Amino acid sequence: MTSDLRELYQSVILDHNKRPRNQGAPRDANRHAEGHNPLCGDRLSVHVTLADGLIKDVGFEGQGCAISKASASLMTDAVKGKPVKDAETMFEAFRDMLAGGANAPGKLAAFSGVRAFPSRIKCANLAWHALHAALQNRAEPVTTESAKDF
Amino acid sequence: MLDTARIRPDFPILTKKENGSRLVYLDNAATSQKPRKVIDAIVHYYSLHNANVHRGAYALAVEATDAYEAARTAVARFVNAWAREGVVFTRGTTESINLVAASWGRANVGRGDTVVVTAMDHHSNIVPWQILCQEKGATLRMVEITEDGRIDLSDFGQALEAKPKIVAFPYVSNSLGTVNPAAQLNRLAHAAGAVTVVDGAQSSPHLRVDVQAIDSDFYALSGHKMLAPMGSGALIAKPALLEAMPPYHGGGEMIERVWDDHSTWNKIPHKFEGGTPNVEAAVGLGAAIAYLEQLGLDNVSAHEQELARLTIERLSQIEGVTVYGPREHRAGVVPFTYGDIHPHDLATILDKDGVCIRAGHHCTQPLMRRLGVAATARASFYIYNDVDDVDALVMAVRKAGELFGVLAS
Repeated sequence: MTSDLRELYQSVILDHNKRPRNQGAPRDANRHAEGHNPLCGDRLSVHVTLADGLIKDVGFEGQGCAISKASASLMTDAVKGKPVKDAETMFEAFRDMLAGGANAPGKLAAFSGVRAFPSRIKCANLAWHALHAALQNRAEPVTTESAKDF
Repeated sequence: MLDTARIRPDFPILTKKENGSRLVYLDNAATSQKPRKVIDAIVHYYSLHNANVHRGAYALAVEATDAYEAARTAVARFVNAWAREGVVFTRGTTESINLVAASWGRANVGRGDTVVVTAMDHHSNIVPWQILCQEKGATLRMVEITEDGRIDLSDFGQALEAKPKIVAFPYVSNSLGTVNPAAQLNRLAHAAGAVTVVDGAQSSPHLRVDVQAIDSDFYALSGHKMLAPMGSGALIAKPALLEAMPPYHGGGEMIERVWDDHSTWNKIPHKFEGGTPNVEAAVGLGAAIAYLEQLGLDNVSAHEQELARLTIERLSQIEGVTVYGPREHRAGVVPFTYGDIHPHDLATILDKDGVCIRAGHHCTQPLMRRLGVAATARASFYIYNDVDDVDALVMAVRKAGELFGVLAS
């Protein structure tokens, strides 16, 4: 197995792909947005329970590749219980990392290997863009072809 | 089997290393690679014969026109067209079908009429008909497929009861590899009074096509899937239909006389070739046809079918692999899934070994819904693929299984 494949499919990613956390919408979710990658047909929706500027609960539904599923799973773990502005900061750090910048904090660094696979960056970003849209209360689904900085 | 040891050196790109490995190109249903003879024909055309066609009063323009029209003759012979004039050059299958929808369709389909397509059609043989039906207030009827991936003939028969104006179907499915009984489908559709549109994108490169024998009214093909340049293609039609149709694109070349307020049209096929055509594409297509005819299309089919058979046999030995499509009457297309590994992950892992496959919905979303999958992986073969390529594919698939610790589903 080549080393960059191991870098891409790190065990934490394979684990979250196989056993995704925070699947399904929280019962009291009050925000949601859908992300769509028209190139592969992958869709996922992110549901947020937002109160007092805090992400009290968050979950996701949908189909996707290991990268997009694990990213949604790790993202929901990372932002749950956090203030909205912290989640947005994490999103920025995550996007920067995939664009060639420094590693994002904590377990999100597991996606650093995606940098070597440009065709998969959109997969890793999909859940984050959907979360961002949900937090902004956007009605339109986001697609990987519409967001400039996917 | 074809002598791939002699064929492979004809394709410059096959000497390239992909991620340090031999290039194992198994995405031929998307586009084929190009032999030196096709590349040279384009260089030769621009180096020696380039001028605008059908208008110059000098020798060079005559040479360019001759080269362009010789390609038309080659296409006509290749698919046994009704007549040379029944071959319209287009950018490919998509444009050919859009031409029929916009011209014949707009003139003949009205409110309450029906257009029939199948659930295994490519988006390019669905969306133009959706647009036409929405514009005209007509009904689009999608014929179902059987569980093993063939057109459901009883549902096809039921769809014909509505006396559709147009019946469209693929000769060969790009997602499943199914070779449809085109002659039978055309006969049934004609008996119901329909005009037929056959998507030949996946049949023209891979099997001997005889549009007169299958009796298709319109037949669309793409050059780039059959060794020719991108942007080459043709619509092959019964001349009487073309004669009666309004033009598609207005402009130079397609007119006879232009008055202040109206125009009269050039003869077919020029009536449908407004503007300066893609002469280099036509010339390349002519060279590609010569290459394929030298190999013999029956040999091409047999070669690909053998590789597909071997691939299906070998992949089926891997626990967790599901191969889609019919057991018989299939071309060199092998769609599959592997346990719970998403096809995109499979494609990424295979790519690291230089194995290029397609992963996704293959522009057949209605079909994917019926198969109950979001995406499949697809290996598709052509004349330069060999048993080593099958070995590389199967080995890389096994590797993916090890990495992911597949759960057979």
